[in-house]
Amino acid sequence: MALLEVRDLTVEFPTTDGLVKAVRGVSFEVDSGETLGIVGESGSGKTVCTLSLIGLAGGGRRGGQALFRGQDLLTMSADELRAVRGAGIAAIFQDPLSSLHPLYRVGWQIVEMIRSHEDVSKAVARKRAIDLLGLVGIPQPARRVDDYPHQFSGGMRQRAMIAMALALNPDLVIADEPTTALDATVQAQVIDLMVRLQKEFHSGLIMITHDLGVVADIADRVLVMYAGKAVETAELDDVFYHPHHPYTKGLLESIPGASGTRGKLRPIPGSPPSLIRLPSGCSFHPRCRYVMDRCLTDEPPLMDVGAAHRSACWLPATLSGLAEGTEAQRMKVAEAARSEDTPVAEGES
Amino acid sequence: MIEDTPQPPAGTRPADDDLVRATGVVKYFPIRRGIIFKHEIGQVRAVDGVDLTVRRGETLGLVGETGCGKSTLARCLTRLYPLTAGQVVFDGTDISTLNRGQLRPFRRDVQMIFQDPYGSLNPRRRVGSIIGDPFAIHGVADGAERKRKVQELMELVGLNPEHYNRFPADFSGGQRQRIGVARALALRPKLIVCDEPVSALDVSIQAQIINLLESLQDDFGLTYVFIAHDLSVVEHVSDRVGVMYLGRLVELAEVDELYRHPHHPYTVALLSAAGTPDPNKARKRERILLTGDVPSPIDPPSGCRFHPRCPKARDRCSVDDPVLMPGTDRRPGAEPTGDGHVTACHYPVLPGEVLAGRT
Repeated sequence: MALLEVRDLTVEFPTTDGLVKAVRGVSFEVDSGETLGIVGESGSGKTVCTLSLIGLAGGGRRGGQALFRGQDLLTMSADELRAVRGAGIAAIFQDPLSSLHPLYRVGWQIVEMIRSHEDVSKAVARKRAIDLLGLVGIPQPARRVDDYPHQFSGGMRQRAMIAMALALNPDLVIADEPTTALDATVQAQVIDLMVRLQKEFHSGLIMITHDLGVVADIADRVLVMYAGKAVETAELDDVFYHPHHPYTKGLLESIPGASGTRGKLRPIPGSPPSLIRLPSGCSFHPRCRYVMDRCLTDEPPLMDVGAAHRSACWLPATLSGLAEGTEAQRMKVAEAARSEDTPVAEGES
Repeated sequence: MIEDTPQPPAGTRPADDDLVRATGVVKYFPIRRGIIFKHEIGQVRAVDGVDLTVRRGETLGLVGETGCGKSTLARCLTRLYPLTAGQVVFDGTDISTLNRGQLRPFRRDVQMIFQDPYGSLNPRRRVGSIIGDPFAIHGVADGAERKRKVQELMELVGLNPEHYNRFPADFSGGQRQRIGVARALALRPKLIVCDEPVSALDVSIQAQIINLLESLQDDFGLTYVFIAHDLSVVEHVSDRVGVMYLGRLVELAEVDELYRHPHHPYTVALLSAAGTPDPNKARKRERILLTGDVPSPIDPPSGCRFHPRCPKARDRCSVDDPVLMPGTDRRPGAEPTGDGHVTACHYPVLPGEVLAGRT
């Protein structure tokens, strides 16, 4: 059994405008020592689908199942969940300044966290805090442990957050865009640190990001999300070199320097749909170049398209990849399965 | 006025090829303390002596990390900030000392596109009137003619002209950035300074805006200064790229030359740190991990500003401030290279040299 097994997770937020279906039936699993990259754009549900597991998506209605070490996180009481948070599952967030309390010393915050989960003396906890700060590369940790967060630079704050996340030696770390607020040279330091620490502690890691560059660096497997659904999941290389879903392919063709771009960028036309009024059928169909008649009415489930490679698209399973020949075939298949009045997304909208 | 401008070195392109020529641009921001009696206790040296030319019709990319002064430099080039020292010559006119009124005609020729498509549009005004502002301010078109021109612009940037009367809140992030582009384009400027124009957008939308900016450049012969921290975006759009560090330009070259043969150790480290959306390349790449963070521009390091973090730093670097020089040969009497690749470094990285990653 995997460390974390999420089955058919749904999260909905009732709002005055209507029901926001943020996550619509997502399944994934993570094992110890493994890194799962969850990729998607703003509003794709990538953050909600992981943070809701540990009770951090306030006000959301959750459905489905999330087995962590065999226990369902979604049915736990608040106290049980509090025991899991920190010791079992730790989280690292995008903005280290707002996740550290500005009025308490960095070391104090780590000590408090250790002491609220384990029965150790202040002196022992403080010693561990200093060791942890040293481990994540804070220079002179014995002195810096008494600094306030504002005395740390952005990169050091994120290191302190990582130290805090590792304080109780968790089995699983959820990192939500941990490097997005950092500069390139500091981002490289932090990613390097996370990879090293994960090897050392053999924990599972979920890396949530919009940045395919970060995913290429760190992930073993990738889950691509669009409009609250997983649209493709595969081993790292398959996602980048043999994408099946038109959205994944579109992302790769939109980024300068990615495997899909040669010369001019090919943007995905239009913009992501509202999660209150989702398109019928496949929610990507209004932006899809290969739209077929059934895409307007039937929502495709995740289907096997290769070894450990699943995609939620009605195109034939054999049509994966970025090769010219495959592209021509895709167009041919799509045209054959399309009646004349079906609108096809083209160019820039 | 024109006689005062320094001429480019002999043997280079004719001077009228340069749309903007900036010499020794300095911009300090005072740090003040005190409530009633304010006194200056220091200065943020945001831009500290930058020479730069922007050629007609090119896209000049500027890269660098937070606080390196790239946005401040852009605002100096467009005279949104008064300069502390130095000179900016735009299209043959020295604009560095002009007052507000004298700057007016120049403002038609230079426009800016900002990063935040939410913060740069007034939420209470209709899109048509936002895009029409340049016409109103410069008294170019009125009434029905203005509306027609605005709708033409909306069509040009891929917005539905029927949405003339909507508010910014009715548009998505990518569409708002198109509104910003339309407004910048209204008076057919010669230069558009794009300050992180796609950083706030999702990748699928980012590509739409990049393609739009590129096709508008082809259609109207625009010159861009393109600022971004995303190195692959800059590589994609730029003809030449300048790298900034702590208020200084440390390297400048043609885009392919800079990305393939970087000379400055900082450029080498920056390029190696950038994420590559390609797993095979990511596995092969040797990362040079710099120690520490960018120092404070209030009290920059002596000598070369990069020396405390530089894997190649020697004694000389902490004393002797390097200037931009062509090529990598620093011996006296070395043959100048003609490719315009300049680097401010005493010990440039040679081809094939491996920089030790000191972590």
